[in-house]
Amino acid sequence: MTANRLAESLLALSQQEELADLPKDYLLSESEDEGDNDGERKHQKLLEAISSLDGKNRRKLAERSEASLKVSEFNVSSEGSGEKLVLADLLEPVKTSSSLATVKKQLSRVKSKKTVELPLNKEEIERIHREVAFNKTAQVLSKWDPVILKNRQAEQLVFPLEKEEPAIAPIEHVLSGWKARTPLEQEIFNLLHKNKQPVTDPLLTPVEKASLQAMSLEEAKMRRAELQRARALQSYYEAKARREKKIKSKKYHKVMKKGKAKKALKEFEQLRKVNPAAALEELEKIEKARMMERMSLKHQNSGKWAKSKAIMAKYDLEARQAMQEQLSKNKELTQKLQVASESEEEEGGTEDVEELLVPDVLNEVQMNADGPNPWMLRSCTSDTKEAATQEDPEQLPELEAHGVSESEGEERPVAEEEILLREFEERRSLRKRFELSQDAEPAGSQETKDSGSQEVLSELRVLSQKLKENHQSRKQKASSEGTIPQVQREEPAPEEEEPLLLQRPERVQTLEELEELGKEECFQNKELPRPVLEGQQSERTPNNRPDAPKEKKKKEQMIDLQNLLTTQSPSVKSLAVPTIEELEDEEERNQRQMIKEAFAGDDVIRDFLKEKREAVEASKPKDVDLTLPGWGEWGGVGLKPSAKKRRRFLIKAPEGPPRKDKNLPNVIINEKRNIHAAAHQVRVLPYPFTHHWQFERTIQTPIGSTWNTQRAFQKLTTPKVVTKPGHIINPIKAEDVGYRSSSRSDLSVIQRNPKRITTRHKKQLKKSSVD
Amino acid sequence: MKVKMLSRNPDNYVRETKLDLQRVPRNYDPTLHPFEVPREYVRALNATKLERVFAKPFLASLDGHRDGVNCLAKHPKNLATVLSGACDGEVRIWNLTQRNCIRTIQAHEGFVRGICTRFCGTSFFTVGDDKTVKQWKMDGPGYGDEEEPLHTILGKTVYTGIDHHWKEAVFATCGQQVDIWDEQRTNPVCSMTWGFDSISSVKFNPIETFLLGSCASDRNIVLYDMRQATPLKKVILDMRTNTICWNPMEAFIFTAANEDYNLYTFDMSALDTPVMVHMDHVSAVLDVDYSPTGKEFVSASFDKSIRIFPVDKSRSREVYHTKRMQHVICVKWTSDSKYIMCGSDEMNIRLWKANASEKLGVLTSREKAAKDYNQKLKEKFQHYPHIKRIARHRHLPKSIYSQIQEQRIMKEARRRKEVNRIKHSKPGSVPIVSEKKKHVVAVVK
Repeated sequence: MTANRLAESLLALSQQEELADLPKDYLLSESEDEGDNDGERKHQKLLEAISSLDGKNRRKLAERSEASLKVSEFNVSSEGSGEKLVLADLLEPVKTSSSLATVKKQLSRVKSKKTVELPLNKEEIERIHREVAFNKTAQVLSKWDPVILKNRQAEQLVFPLEKEEPAIAPIEHVLSGWKARTPLEQEIFNLLHKNKQPVTDPLLTPVEKASLQAMSLEEAKMRRAELQRARALQSYYEAKARREKKIKSKKYHKVMKKGKAKKALKEFEQLRKVNPAAALEELEKIEKARMMERMSLKHQNSGKWAKSKAIMAKYDLEARQAMQEQLSKNKELTQKLQVASESEEEEGGTEDVEELLVPDVLNEVQMNADGPNPWMLRSCTSDTKEAATQEDPEQLPELEAHGVSESEGEERPVAEEEILLREFEERRSLRKRFELSQDAEPAGSQETKDSGSQEVLSELRVLSQKLKENHQSRKQKASSEGTIPQVQREEPAPEEEEPLLLQRPERVQTLEELEELGKEECFQNKELPRPVLEGQQSERTPNNRPDAPKEKKKKEQMIDLQNLLTTQSPSVKSLAVPTIEELEDEEERNQRQMIKEAFAGDDVIRDFLKEKREAVEASKPKDVDLTLPGWGEWGGVGLKPSAKKRRRFLIKAPEGPPRKDKNLPNVIINEKRNIHAAAHQVRVLPYPFTHHWQFERTIQTPIGSTWNTQRAFQKLTTPKVVTKPGHIINPIKAEDVGYRSSSRSDLSVIQRNPKRITTRHKKQLKKSSVD
Repeated sequence: MKVKMLSRNPDNYVRETKLDLQRVPRNYDPTLHPFEVPREYVRALNATKLERVFAKPFLASLDGHRDGVNCLAKHPKNLATVLSGACDGEVRIWNLTQRNCIRTIQAHEGFVRGICTRFCGTSFFTVGDDKTVKQWKMDGPGYGDEEEPLHTILGKTVYTGIDHHWKEAVFATCGQQVDIWDEQRTNPVCSMTWGFDSISSVKFNPIETFLLGSCASDRNIVLYDMRQATPLKKVILDMRTNTICWNPMEAFIFTAANEDYNLYTFDMSALDTPVMVHMDHVSAVLDVDYSPTGKEFVSASFDKSIRIFPVDKSRSREVYHTKRMQHVICVKWTSDSKYIMCGSDEMNIRLWKANASEKLGVLTSREKAAKDYNQKLKEKFQHYPHIKRIARHRHLPKSIYSQIQEQRIMKEARRRKEVNRIKHSKPGSVPIVSEKKKHVVAVVK
C-alpha cells in the first residue's frame, strides 16, 4: 500500500518537475543538448528516488549528494545546496521547493542586469568632443555680434579704438622729484600741510574715501527723502515770495520794510551784546553795501523809472515825492555809519554827504548828453513816420499793379481753356449739322465746290493776313500796358502762327482734303469776321478777347488733321460709288454717330495730337532774350526796355533740323535722348539703392561748401575711417567695448585642462549614450 | 532832404583775433549757385583724375638679404622696426625710417620658415628647416658678444610656421601637428592634430586669444581651441590654402589665401559658405595680412603682384607691382595702417603706401578738408561711367594682363557650358551652385 502510494507520489513529483521545467526552458531558451541533459537528469532522479525507497539507502543518498556537490562546484546544482530531501517535502508536491527559488532568483538577477554596451570608437569620441568644444567657442564668440554689427554700420570709426588717456602720474611720483624752492611755493606747501592735504601716501582724504565708499540703500533713501523735502520747502517758499512780490499795495510793502528794518536792528543789537565779533562783521557788511551804493547809480534818479518821474515831477506831487524819497534813500545808504572812531573819518564822511548832493545834478546832465534827447527823439520818430507814409503811396500802386498783372496772368490760361472748350462744343455741333447736309447733297456737286473752295482760299489768305496785322497791333498795345513777362510769353505766338497759315494752300492736294477745307472755310467765313469786328470795337478789353481768334485757328488746324484721320472713307466712296448703297451707308453712319457720342468725352486722337504738338513746341529751339533793363536807358520799377533794344538783344534761335516724325502723323519720335550725354550717365541702378529716385536724390543733394554751411559741409564730408599717423592700432579688446575680459589666462587653463576634460567628457558621453 | 548812407556793423567783418578765420559773407540761396550736380560732377572727375596722377605708392626697397625673403614680422610696439627671415637662414632687423638694416643674424641652417615677435616686443622667435625653435633678444648683443639665441628648442620634426600668443607667454608652432608651447618649457604644453598632412601655417586669433587657425596641405583649414586642447572644425576647400589671417576687429572672421588664385573670407560660425570670395589674382596667393582697421587686407601672390581688397568686396581696389619684383612670398600691413611691406623672391623687401595717392606728412586743416571733400565726391559719383573708368584704370605688366584675359575667356567658357548643361537637361536635375559654395568641398565637424 505504502509502496504504491509512494510510487504515485513520485509520479506526481516527476510531472510537477516537468511542469516547473517548462517555463524555465521557455524563458532561458537553452540549447538542445541541455534539454537532453535535463531528460537524463530526470531519469537519474527517478532512479534515485526509486532506490531511496529502501530505508537503508536514504542516508547513503544524502552522503552522495554532498559528494556530488563537492565534485561539481561550478555547476548550478538542481538539488538544494546541502539540503537533505525529506519525505515531508515529497509529500507536499504543490509547494515549490526552496532549491528552485534560489535558481529563479539567480536567473532574475541575471535578467535584470543589462549588458554593458561597447565603448564608442576613438573617432566618434573625438567628434563629440569637437562638437561640444565648438558650441562652447561659438557661444563665447557670439558676444561680439552686436559690437561688430555696430562697427560695420558706424558712420565713422576712429582708430586707435582705445582712448589714450593723458598720463596722469600720481602726486607722490611728481613730488618725489620736485621740491619747493621759491618762497611762494614754500608758502603754498605750508598751506597744504596745514590743511592736512594728503601730499604723499594716501591719495585720498578720509572724507573723500568715505564719499567714495558706497552708500547703503537705506541711507540713500533717507537722503533722497530729505532732499525731496528740502526741494518742496524751497518751492513753497518761492511761491510765497512771488505772491508777496505781486502785492501792489505800497502801504503793505512799506510796513513790511519797516518791520524788516526793525527786526534787523533788533538782531543787530542782540548780536552786539552776545557776539561782538559777528556784529562787527555785520557792520562791515553794511559798510560794503554803502560802498556798493556809492559806486552804483541805483538810487540817483538816473534809472528809467526816475526819468519818467522827472518828466512828471512838475505836475505830479506824488512823483516828486517819490523822487525825493529815492534821493533820501540814496543818502541814507551812502551815509557812513556812525561808528565811534577817529574824527578824521567823520570829517571825511560829512564831506561825502556834501559831495553827494552835487552828483545828482551832474548825473542828470550827463544822462541828457548821453541818452537821446526826448525832443529830438520825438522829431525823429515823426520823421520816420512821415517818410513811411510818403513812401507808402508810392509802393502801394506798384503793388497793386503787380497784383493786377499777376492775377491777369493767372486768369488768362483758365479763360483760354474755357473758351477752347466752348468752341469745341460749337464746332462739334456744327460738324454734325454739316455732315447731315452733305449727305443730303448729291455727289455731283463736288466739282463746283472745288472751284469755289479755291476762291474761298484766296479770300481766306487775305483775311488771315489782315487779321494778323490787326492782332499784332493790338498785341503791342496790350504789351505796352502789361509787364515784361507777358510780352515774353506772347511774342513768339504770332510768329508761330505764320507758317501754319501760309502752309495751308500748299498742302491742298487730294480731293478729300479739299473737301475738308471747304468745310473749314465755311466755319471760318462764319466765325472769323466776328472777332475782327469785335477787336476793332473793343480795344480796351483785356487779353482774353484777342487771344480767342488765335486759339480758334489752332483748333482749326487740329480739326483738319483729325478729319484727315477719321473721315477719309466716306469721301472716297462719294467719288466712286454714286447712290446705290445710301441706305446701308446711313445705317453705318448712324452707328458711327452712336459710337462717337458714346466716346465723346475721351478723344484719344485729339489728345495724341495735342501731345505731339506740345512735343514739337518743346523741341523747337528757343529764342534767347539778352536785354538787361537799365543799361543805356532809364531803368526802374515800372519801366521796361525799349522795343528797339529788345529787338537788338533778342537772339533768334536758328531753325533746327526737321523733325523725324514730321511726315508721320501717328508717331511721336522723341529726339531728346542725347548720345553724348548718355555716355556720362549711369546706366544701371547701383547696388545699395532700391529705386532710381533714391539714387537721384543722393546725387542731387550737393555736399560742397558752395551750397552748404561750414558746419553742414564738415558733417557731410566726415571720412568713414580716421587713423592717426604714427599710432599703433591694436586689435579690438573686450575692455574697449565694455565687456569683461576673462580673468584666467589661457595657459593656466590648459595646464589644468586634462582632468577637467576627461570628467566633463565622461558626462557628455553618458548623455549621448542615453540619447 | 534825406541822405542815405552806407552803414556797416564792424561785427560782421572784423575778426576777434588774428587767428580767426576771415569772415566771408555768403548767400546760400540755391538760385544763386545753380548747376550743383554738373559742378560737383566735374569736381569729382577732377578729383579722380588727380588721384590717379598722384598715385605713386612705391616708397622704398630694403635690400640686403642674400636669398629670397621667406617671412616678415612686425614689431608690436615700434612702428619703425621690421624683422625678416630669408631662405638662407638669415634674419634681418630693419629700421623703416632710416631704411636700413640694423642687425643681421644667421639664425638657422636652411630656410627660416617662420618668425614672430613676442607681444611685448622684447624678443622674437624663429623656426627653421633645422628642426629648431629659437628665441632671440630684440636688442643686439653688446660689443664683443656673440649673437646667440636666448633659448633653443630642438624638435623631432621640421616646423613650418610659428605664431605668438597676443597676451601671454605662449606660442604655437606647426609642422606635423600644432604644438602649443609655454615659453619656459622645452616640451609643448599640448599638441593637437587632425589628419596626417603637414600643416603650413598657424595663427592665433588676436581678439579671442585662445583660438587658433591652421591650414594643412590636404586642402583643409582647421580651427583649434587652445583652452580645451581640441580642434573645433575643419573646412576642406578645392585646393590648398597657404595661409590664413584673422580680422583684428571682428573676432570670428578670417581670410584664407588659396592656391586657386582666390581668397576666401570665412565666418567661423558658418564655414560651409565663405562670406566673400575675393578674386583678382592670376596665380596662387601666398600670403595675406589684414589692415589693423579690419576694413581691408593685402594679399601677396605668385603672379608678382600684391593686391588690396576691401573686406566686403570681391574685387581688389588696388594692385601694386614693379618690374623687378618677383614672386611675392610674404606681406604685412603696418600697425598704423598706412604702409604695406612685402618680401619677394628677388631678396628685397618693398615698402608701399596703403593708399596710393595719399599725401604723407602733416596736412593743414584746409588740405584735410579738401581731401575729405574729394573723397566724398569720388564716392558719390563712383558709379558714373567716366569716373568709374578712370578710377579703375591700372597699368599691369603684360604677363598679368594677358593672364587676366585668358582667364576671363576660360571662365566665360565654363559658365557657358554650365548654362548650356542646365538648359539641355531636365529642369532641376542640374543644380545651380553659387560661386561662393562652389569652392567648399566639405565641412567636417
